[in-house]
Amino acid sequence: MHAVVKLEDFRKTYYAGEVEVPAVRGVSLEIRQGEFVAIMGASGSGKSTMMNTIGCLDRPTHGRYFLDGVDVGELERDELADLRNEKIGFVFQGFNLLSRTSALENVELPMLYARRGVRGREQLERAMQALDLVGLSDRADHHPNQLSGGQQQRVAIARALVNQPKLLLADEPTGNLDSRTSIEIMGVFQNLNDQAMTIVMVTHELDIARYAKRNVIMRDGRIVNDLPVTERLAAGHELQRLEREQKDVQLVS
Amino acid sequence: MIILATFKIALRALRRNTLRTLLTMLGIIIGVGAVIAVVSIGSGAKAQVEAQIASMGQNVIMILSGNVSRGGFRMGFGTAGTLTREDFEAIRKELPDISGISPEVWASAQIAVGNQNTSTSVRGVGVDYLDIRSWRLTSGANFTEADVRNGSKVALIGKTTADLLFGDEDPVGKIIRIKNAPFTIVGLLAAKGMSGPGYDQDDIIFVPYTSAMTRLVGPGQTTFRSLTAQAATAKLVPTVQNEITNLLRQRHRIGPEREDDFLVRTQQEISEMATATSKIMTWLLGSVAAVSLLVGGIGIMNIMLVSVTERTREIGIRMAVGARGRDILLQFLTEAVVLSVLGGCLGIFIGVLSSRVLPRVLSSLGVVTLVSPTSIVVAFLFSAVIGIFFGFYPARKASQLDPIESLRYE
Ligand SMILES: Nc1ncnc2c1ncn2[C@@H]1O[C@H](COP(=O)(O)OP(=O)(O)O)[C@@H](O)[C@H]1O
Ligand SMILES: [Mg+2]
Repeated sequence: MHAVVKLEDFRKTYYAGEVEVPAVRGVSLEIRQGEFVAIMGASGSGKSTMMNTIGCLDRPTHGRYFLDGVDVGELERDELADLRNEKIGFVFQGFNLLSRTSALENVELPMLYARRGVRGREQLERAMQALDLVGLSDRADHHPNQLSGGQQQRVAIARALVNQPKLLLADEPTGNLDSRTSIEIMGVFQNLNDQAMTIVMVTHELDIARYAKRNVIMRDGRIVNDLPVTERLAAGHELQRLEREQKDVQLVS
Repeated sequence: MIILATFKIALRALRRNTLRTLLTMLGIIIGVGAVIAVVSIGSGAKAQVEAQIASMGQNVIMILSGNVSRGGFRMGFGTAGTLTREDFEAIRKELPDISGISPEVWASAQIAVGNQNTSTSVRGVGVDYLDIRSWRLTSGANFTEADVRNGSKVALIGKTTADLLFGDEDPVGKIIRIKNAPFTIVGLLAAKGMSGPGYDQDDIIFVPYTSAMTRLVGPGQTTFRSLTAQAATAKLVPTVQNEITNLLRQRHRIGPEREDDFLVRTQQEISEMATATSKIMTWLLGSVAAVSLLVGGIGIMNIMLVSVTERTREIGIRMAVGARGRDILLQFLTEAVVLSVLGGCLGIFIGVLSSRVLPRVLSSLGVVTLVSPTSIVVAFLFSAVIGIFFGFYPARKASQLDPIESLRYE
């Protein structure tokens, strides 16, 4: 299997005025088709910077990045936009849905910018399919402010999936969610991963990282550890356990 | 990105803040409305003047008496007339290219029939006058050369005046008193209608110019202020103009270096002079209105800049899911153009509406308006251009935003 993501001595330096801020200082990383990677590390260790580059929102200042075999460092702004549209699905900590716009229209958004246009009928079908996949087809016409945090994040995941990307990226997707909803979102990710979707997720919560298959740990802009998850958690199982515990608590009280 | 979707997004964005949208459009609405209204007044005035000049007849040449001043001619009918009866006779006899010529002696007089009283304009003219001005008679006949020679007290009466004084009765043969002198009506003029609001051409009485000069205008006036001549054909108009000029210069003994003490103007020239002022006024007021359009455009730019800042996050989201710079540019440009074109359409509506209402409101000023389709098309295109011009900078700014920073924008 060939690498979906391949970083070779990737560095990113920000310039805050005269001061150089090295956010990532030399990372080499390969992520293959079907992997589910959790990137962990303290705040400021360069996780988001790396994700933004993997997501083609930014280019490396040094080193090379191949996405699905394409050298991203060589590309123009517009070509990056096309890559984001075709190959990448983004999920953010703060959901980043368009407000006062229905869930359905939010999910349709990436198709508006598809290079080969998507017809209205197909657009609707695909958006509904994506919403169905995250279990929200009955909320299609709800606006973000009428949805819970978990539901909003599901809409965001549906949006990320609607153009059938190669890679699903999530920067702290559970950062704004309670623990139960977080597990539900991990359930969605695990399902997708079971269907061969490659997922890269940033988290600083240890137990969330255990839903992934591989953990990459960063410190000060470098990878300090990269290991497979040994005792992997299954979201379905964890949810059942949580329910049992809640019942017990109710029985006791 | 599909154009239709872009329009939908733009309309939704504008609907989201209806009051702001309306206030932003106000500049364009007022600007376009004012341009259309002003131009309609100008066109109306022009059309009115042209109608009046057309009613002068065909191939008409006006000869006006004048007195030389440093700046050239004082337009209008000068105080000291320089055109004598002999001048008139000479032109009439010596220039074969003229099909007719007549003096015009203007007076306003009190008319009485029995105990009926009215005031109307009385014009002293020659026998050729009816032909030159294309007047027809419905009853009776024109007065004769002999009537003119003898200064007979005969008159031709306009339809409006006749209706007022005699009702349905045929006025021919009846006696009317003009400034207390009894005149016999010999002909009833066919109606010509209005040649502009408030100016009824049929409220008129024609008498031989000889009678007018002796009885109606002040005694001792022996010169004419104006003569109306008609060239035999349209082609002959310039020739006749030259011939009259040469003849009068010769008769008035004007040396080669000295200026004419009269003015010979073709219908064309009169029409040009009359419309020149209204043209200048239209341009002047039009540019004031255009400035308000410009201000409207700046208002749009201002609001679009605010909008881009407010929606930085939205722009970031769109870019993250694959919008190119061009898509964002198009989105905001469309919004600006929709804003300005919508304002333009409302402005056109208001402009057309006020061009309907203005003549009624300003009826005392005799304002006439004429909305030309060109002004509507131009106003529409202009508002679209303003949207593109003033929307471009904010839209470009939006399209060049950095996706990561935009996503982080609070
Ligand atoms: N746009 C930027 N300009 C300057 N410094 C930045 C910028 N973005 C991130 N940094 C710096 O780069 C480092 C890594 O940031 P980031 O990748 O966001 O870390 P993490 O996501 O792991 O918390 C931090 O020190 C941060 O302050
Ligand atoms: Mg981060």
